Amino acid sequence: MSTSLLILILFCLSTIAYQLGRTRAFSLTRMAGDRGRQVLHSRPVYYGMLTALWCGLPALFVFVAWQICEPWIITKLLVAHLPPEIQALPENRLNLVLNDIKNLASGNIVSGVIRPEMEAAANNYRNLQATANAALAVAVISLAIIGTFYARQRITPFLRARNHVEKVLTFFFIACSTFAIFTTIGIVLSVLFEAIRFFRVIPITEFLFGLEWSPQMAIRADQVGSSGAFGAIPVFAGTAMISGIAMLVAVPLGLMSAIYLSEYANKKFRAVAKPLLEILAGIPTVVYGFFAALTVAPFIRELGITVGLDVSSESALAAGLVMGIMIIPFVSSLSDDVINAVPQAMRDGALALGATKSETIKQVVLPAALPGIVGGVLLAVSRAIGETMIVVMAAGLAANLTANPLQAVTTVTVQIVTLLVGDQEFNSPKTLAAFALGLVLFVATLILNIIALYVVRKYREQYE
Amino acid sequence: MSNPNTEGPSETQIENSRAIDIVNMGLARRYSREQRFKLYGLIAVIISLSFLALLFFTIISNGHQAFFQTYLQLEVFFNPDFIDINNPANSNFPGLVKQTLSNEFPAVTGRREKKELYGLVSTGAAFQLQKLIRQQPDLVGKTVKIWVPTDDDVDMLMKGHIARDVPESDRRLSDKQLAWLDKWTLDAKIAKKFNRAFFTSGDSREPELAGILGALVGSILTLTLTLLLSFPTGVAAAVYLEEFAPRNRWVDLIEVNINNLAAVPSIVFGLLGLAVFINFFHLPRSAPIVGGLVLTLMTLPVIIIASRASLQSVPPSIREAALGVGASKMQMVLHHVLPLAMPGMLTGTIIGIARALGETAPLLMIGMVAFIVDIPTGFTAPATALPVQIFLWADSPERAFVERTSAAIIVLLVLLVVINSLAVILRNRFERRW
Repeated sequence: MSTSLLILILFCLSTIAYQLGRTRAFSLTRMAGDRGRQVLHSRPVYYGMLTALWCGLPALFVFVAWQICEPWIITKLLVAHLPPEIQALPENRLNLVLNDIKNLASGNIVSGVIRPEMEAAANNYRNLQATANAALAVAVISLAIIGTFYARQRITPFLRARNHVEKVLTFFFIACSTFAIFTTIGIVLSVLFEAIRFFRVIPITEFLFGLEWSPQMAIRADQVGSSGAFGAIPVFAGTAMISGIAMLVAVPLGLMSAIYLSEYANKKFRAVAKPLLEILAGIPTVVYGFFAALTVAPFIRELGITVGLDVSSESALAAGLVMGIMIIPFVSSLSDDVINAVPQAMRDGALALGATKSETIKQVVLPAALPGIVGGVLLAVSRAIGETMIVVMAAGLAANLTANPLQAVTTVTVQIVTLLVGDQEFNSPKTLAAFALGLVLFVATLILNIIALYVVRKYREQYE
Repeated sequence: MSNPNTEGPSETQIENSRAIDIVNMGLARRYSREQRFKLYGLIAVIISLSFLALLFFTIISNGHQAFFQTYLQLEVFFNPDFIDINNPANSNFPGLVKQTLSNEFPAVTGRREKKELYGLVSTGAAFQLQKLIRQQPDLVGKTVKIWVPTDDDVDMLMKGHIARDVPESDRRLSDKQLAWLDKWTLDAKIAKKFNRAFFTSGDSREPELAGILGALVGSILTLTLTLLLSFPTGVAAAVYLEEFAPRNRWVDLIEVNINNLAAVPSIVFGLLGLAVFINFFHLPRSAPIVGGLVLTLMTLPVIIIASRASLQSVPPSIREAALGVGASKMQMVLHHVLPLAMPGMLTGTIIGIARALGETAPLLMIGMVAFIVDIPTGFTAPATALPVQIFLWADSPERAFVERTSAAIIVLLVLLVVINSLAVILRNRFERRW
């Protein structure tokens, strides 16, 4: 029986259980006569829900637990039935054999010759799976039915059904709210573990301070270019340069747009221009990447040639410029919020002293809004550092340590993508390096975010 | 200062007049500075918006042609020699196409010439004939006029992307091929028609056969899962944090975490998906189920933050009234607060889903970047997503893929506009201002 069918059956059973519980509650009120409704502790719906929960939850729990343990248990049983000489194989060879058996059972292509004992094992595997599935179905359905009848038996006028149901619901709410913590832990653990494995091979100092990045790992020792270098400084420098260019584009344009829209523009212009600017933030980054690679990079290259400069076709300038465009609405909407939060009384005070509007803005509003703007800019920087698609499509792959924005540089995110896309083995420092870079990226953006959120929150409190 | 009665007033008068003079002298400069500052602001807005215009212009001017495709009309005689009616899959349909092309130009005899002639028609033509015979086996032995797709080079020539006046060696099409094409054009056998393949087929190495349906289905599967998982979880988490949670360090920790996750780079979520879902739980690679889980983790913070804002905007009087007539706290939330906050929550969810639709980087990490021709059939079948397809096509060298990439982007942007306007409509119609 397929799992989705089982879930469907379980759902139907719960619906039936709900009806059973509800009718039971109603029949209790009827037995109590006219004052029936006051006899029950909770409304009949809650008795129905409680029965449904009793029907569904234990069964679902068993179902999930089985789904998690099943591969492990079945593999153990399978190994126990294999001939002793296969059982005696070392673990990795045994795993190969097991893989072959599983492939054989599901009718896939098998590596090597099919031996009769493998055939038998595959049959055994198929049987085991069929038995397991049947057993699971029987267990789940009978548990659901037992749960239903147990709950139905328990229904008395004194049963505090509502409290029980609410307790379950509250528990569900709490479980949902802890997702953020689990995700963070998951990110930290997954990145950290692989990174630590990487740092066992490559010393952390070499990674953080090395000046050469060429993530190759030799298959043979005498191979050409066998010496991989994992010094990440060129990668960090490239990230810094592209983000820097992006901020040079985004901060002036975004800030000036925000000032104009919130202080000068009339209502009509603002109503049109602001949503249009926000569209820039809604465009997927892959579109920006395509735009950068197709239009901006060749344009800058042509421009460089006419001026007589040698511009790489994957120049940092093109990637940074387009990334800056992407970040404009980010800076402008955050600055807009902050500028609007500056109390009108401060503006009025400055204007009353005879300052022009621009002087008011430059000398009163901006200094007052500065912490918030800085927080916004920091968030934008963290965004720029973590941005992937634009740089993957428009920036280079080779790590050059250069300060020339017309040359190709690479970034942390580009390296992560190139190292991890495609087939990979999980023991080579080459793939593990991606996780080390991911760790650096996560830590850097985390620090920026924490500072930015702190600054913004502190600032908001000041004027509220 | 020693004698303020005699000299004082006159001095202040002088100083006053000086001050006002200084102010007046500076006024013109200050006003022009004011004008300049205002102009800078306007220029910033105009530059930003012109970038937007340029982006749309580039995409649309490149992409609109991909919705039409060059087709060639062939008079195909379904020669029984080529077709095994019982086994269409094994029949020599490519041979049939070649035979038909040779009949068009009987003078072509040389091996190289023939190859050039055959190269004008897409390899998809043979599949098209095969499909036709499967549907209508009685066509065998008859002659039928059929429109088949041309090769992408021919398509590019017809759309003006291949220059005719350059030397033959610099051109993707030879002089002879051009001559044949001109003859067909004169006979009105070449025409541009609506490109149905673009919307009905999966990926292909041949630009003229490549379509977005596979990627679109992959995206829909992934986002369905994202929506199903993230909406209930996000709403439940928001309700707990906003309505039930005590103010303590644990809850503070959760809040800080949510705010941080909202700003973590998306590629880090991809790393999480790779390490946890694929390497630890051994879920299948390239599958929408993993994509859906990763995107769920990514969109949840957005949904929770929006839902909390929406819950906060429900006035306390509603809560007090519900509690006042004897509702339990849970009843108060579920029966009164939640329905009122629902439009705002839905809007936040839709915006989160729209963001997930455009997300590419985490999907690259979990292997949804493979070349997949089949239309995905389920949550565990290998699939790509629309933005990933755009990324893959953008990398392809053929000129014809440039316009296909742009066309796929147009489709993606249209979807985003539809989804976002749904959110706006929802907000305008149902959201209440208290």
